[in-house]
Amino acid sequence: MTFDTQGSFQTRHIGPDTAERDEMLRAIGVASIGALIDQTIPPGIRSDEPLDLPEADSEHGYLRRLSSIAARNTVARSYIGMGYYDCVTPSVVLRNVFENPGWYTPYTPYQAEISQGRLESLLNFQTLVKDLTGMDIATASLLDEGTAAAEAMTMFHRVQSRKAPAGQESVFLVSDRCFPQTIEVLRGRAEPLGIRLEIGDATDLPMADAFGLLLQYPDDRGAISDLRPIIEKAHAAGLLVAVASDLMALTLAVPPGEMWADVVLGNSQRCGVPLGYGGPHAAFFATRDSFVRQAPGRIIGLSVDARGRRAYRMALQTREQHIRREKATSNICTAQALLANIAAMYAVFHGPKGLKAIATRIHSTAQAVEQALTGLGLRQLNAAYFDTLRIEGADAAAVRAAAAVRAINFRYADGAIGIAIDETTTEQDVADIVDVFAESLGGAPVPPPVIDTHAPKKLPPSLVRQSAYLTHPVFNTHHSETQMMRYIRTLQSKDIGLDSSMIPLGSCTMKLNAASEMIPVSWPAFSRMHPFAPPEQAEGYRQIFAELEAALCHITGLAAVSLQPNSGAQGEFAGLMTIRAYQRDQGEGHRDVVLIPASAHGTNPASATMAGMKVVVVACDSNGYIVLDDLRAKAQAHHASLSALMVTYPSTYGVFEEDIRELVGVVHEHGGQVYMDGANMNAQVGLTSPAAIGADVCHLNLHKTFAIPHGGGGPGMGPIAVAAHLAPYLPGHAVIPVGGGHAIPAVAAAPWSSASILLISYGYIRMLGADGMTNATRYAILNANYLKARLQGHYDVLYSNRNGRVAHEMIFDLRPFKRGAGPGVDEQDVAKRLMDYGFHAPTVSFPVAGTMMIEPTESESKAELDRFCDALIAIRAEIQAVLDGAAHPTDNVLKNAPHTAEEVSADEWTHPYSRQQAAYPLPFVRGAKYWPPVARIDNPHGDRNLICACPPTEDYEALVTTP
Amino acid sequence: MYPSDLNYTPNHEWIRINGGDAQVGITDYAQKQLGDVVYLELPDVGRSFKKGDVFGTIESVKAVSELYSPVTGVVTEVNAGLVTKPEKINTDPHGSWMIALRIADQGETSDLLDAAQYTDLTK
Repeated sequence: MTFDTQGSFQTRHIGPDTAERDEMLRAIGVASIGALIDQTIPPGIRSDEPLDLPEADSEHGYLRRLSSIAARNTVARSYIGMGYYDCVTPSVVLRNVFENPGWYTPYTPYQAEISQGRLESLLNFQTLVKDLTGMDIATASLLDEGTAAAEAMTMFHRVQSRKAPAGQESVFLVSDRCFPQTIEVLRGRAEPLGIRLEIGDATDLPMADAFGLLLQYPDDRGAISDLRPIIEKAHAAGLLVAVASDLMALTLAVPPGEMWADVVLGNSQRCGVPLGYGGPHAAFFATRDSFVRQAPGRIIGLSVDARGRRAYRMALQTREQHIRREKATSNICTAQALLANIAAMYAVFHGPKGLKAIATRIHSTAQAVEQALTGLGLRQLNAAYFDTLRIEGADAAAVRAAAAVRAINFRYADGAIGIAIDETTTEQDVADIVDVFAESLGGAPVPPPVIDTHAPKKLPPSLVRQSAYLTHPVFNTHHSETQMMRYIRTLQSKDIGLDSSMIPLGSCTMKLNAASEMIPVSWPAFSRMHPFAPPEQAEGYRQIFAELEAALCHITGLAAVSLQPNSGAQGEFAGLMTIRAYQRDQGEGHRDVVLIPASAHGTNPASATMAGMKVVVVACDSNGYIVLDDLRAKAQAHHASLSALMVTYPSTYGVFEEDIRELVGVVHEHGGQVYMDGANMNAQVGLTSPAAIGADVCHLNLHKTFAIPHGGGGPGMGPIAVAAHLAPYLPGHAVIPVGGGHAIPAVAAAPWSSASILLISYGYIRMLGADGMTNATRYAILNANYLKARLQGHYDVLYSNRNGRVAHEMIFDLRPFKRGAGPGVDEQDVAKRLMDYGFHAPTVSFPVAGTMMIEPTESESKAELDRFCDALIAIRAEIQAVLDGAAHPTDNVLKNAPHTAEEVSADEWTHPYSRQQAAYPLPFVRGAKYWPPVARIDNPHGDRNLICACPPTEDYEALVTTP
Repeated sequence: MYPSDLNYTPNHEWIRINGGDAQVGITDYAQKQLGDVVYLELPDVGRSFKKGDVFGTIESVKAVSELYSPVTGVVTEVNAGLVTKPEKINTDPHGSWMIALRIADQGETSDLLDAAQYTDLTK
């Protein structure tokens, strides 16, 4: 027995209490929650055994236990570099962004009107990247540097294949001075697309047959050299050139954009984002205007709202997988919005002068170390550098021993010792570094060197940056903590997060991200660990990974887990590559057809294409079920080449298909593997499992089911779980050994990619325990069916099972309201009108156009569900007034939604409905009115007039003063 | 409502044939399905396409779609003005030609639909 005066975490995580539960069951018309589950989940796949997991911790007990695990990590001073550098997160940013639910709980800004705050911040990020790289346009972040490099390669491949004659071999050149983890990710991504990598000294690589080239600047060893000759040569040979780089170095060095690079990419981590043992961090990607429509991932742009005011939105969404499916520019769905915002805030807070001062200090510190070490008789090999020295002439074993005593990590590679200096390096650190080498040479301690920020730079004059950057007022205004705190708060107040109201996004599982799960992420014992630190320094992390992997194995019923994939889409790619590697080893390497139901999420076909597979679409019936006969026919037709079926369960339509085992059986009979998309795992945990339906591999969106927050558009995590026969193929890593015995190449830059946020899912599992997690599933289903019961007389629910039950989400049909002579009312009108009631819209037009998909999750109380239902019911009456002609066909509350405070309080009011009806349509809205900061945004205007950096200065005043 | 001097394809392109030359655009039905057009990508003059080949891409706020050549031929002209003002496709679809082609095989034109057949197809 646990005696806990605080109440169990379960009662804090799950919204409804027992009295509310009973009322909801009565409304649904079912006797008990057990009976509801019996009517929802097919009996053939139910697991009756309770999950075999450790007993639930109390919140207080969990934090105490976790601090003892944290103590098993050794936070050494890491001068390893390789794209990861310790840095100082400004406290004002740490407290007000990183640790603030107003920033970490919102969703991806698809509903732009209620996302203006973080859209402005992401635009700041794009401007930061564009300015420092010297390029035309930057995107709103990618998963990590390795995958950003792979995206550059595939973008060049697409652009160049239009020009290249068919049948010509595709060759991509990679400098051997790129980071090893980047090269490994490229290997994994190139092979399935039939791209051959040529890796070597960039000046010697044969350019005749290649379509592109990747360079690193400063390079893997820290050396910095003029790229103009090689880029010129590559362009003359018809190649496109990408340069992996470092934003901090580019404050001092000539940026690759001024050396004619076509893409510049890298990791923005050292702009104030903690190391986190590998992540999450925001990778950046900048390119030329001419490639913008081929660029991967999200791009924030400007547009205007219905009242002609400037507004931000996500631009060019048609490039993305939810529209283009297997033709998408990338399978990326999740970005790294929270971390991009932190990097942007770091730049806003420090400004161009502050960043340059930080970079100069880093550079000067490296110079001081060089001076001291060469004074000891050692050689420093980098003729020009920013922050990284390569020391030769020391005895590596002796240095290791002396460094270990002082908890210092260097990089030992290629017969030299690498030392990468960062923002946190102090005079004392420098003295300790020098002492390590002095001791290794058997000499006495030497006097500490002096850091002189005015010393001539170790950069040739031709590489010293002359051009200005970050000249926009936003980077030159908020430099006191008071101003910074208010700027952050001003942006935050424009957005709807889970700290304001429920976010009923179907397929996104916007559940509670509990404070006790979040707090440890910023503990230094977890946040300051370098991903390539010696494994023995990470005993605490290792324990958490092992326990988390074991728990995820129990929950899925599968044999092994890889925690590496950085997002659901990357999990899909990793899973398919694992299947491919297994089939090759079985002599079945010719299998390349993936069956995907018409109802699948767009990432499925996009990932299959990335894995070199051919997509064959399986039909779905009017009820959203996969058509068994069509699956049989297609499996038969592709009998010899069938690789896998990708299936979401419960389906994207929110239904547990009764014949799932039969569907899976058909694929297995034809020699295929079954990939289960775990997007809807929140309806399974503890009640059924991927193994119970017969899946061989699945990914788990930890940012949905396992409580990692959505971060306003990332980070996410998408580990995969596999059956025993696939375990040997789980992804490896070039630097730190992980994965199976026959590992496929790494899919992410870091061995456990965004390691620090695995703590959140670990906390979720440890504090809920088997009973709590199973109850979470039951209440997710209860909440969804309660919403259905309350709303079904008002809206048509598209799909439910034979007992009339939905799983954890459901689709409401809005298409009937478009009928008639006038414009009617469409799903966008309802989505925007919900903002006037203070709610984020449900998922719009997925998986069926003209509908809304609602997923309440277990965390919402009955009171909040009732408010949401009241809003939707009131909106239904507003729709009816339009359809009946009682309201104006175009000048009505729906078409004009959302209504801003400026509009409602203006002296002039010309609409045929009242101001009160516009802004306070129901009594509960008065309690905490959310004011949309902009009116409805003009999407076509934004895509036709693409502007993706901070708006011109003269408009800036108007922007910052918008309430 | 579909002009009788044009021919049509089941992919919702129209073609205006004038002897051995032709202009190609998309139909009113197609622009309605796409919604607000924001971007148009067209090939260079001199490129040749077989019947059914993709000759370009059209993008709206909510969808993106390939453009298919109704006949085999060589591109003789590209409507650069339309590329800068693609929204014209929404207001005047049948007046918004995208490319001009020199037709390679007159025999293929007999497969095209007339206005009445196309109207039936879109009902």
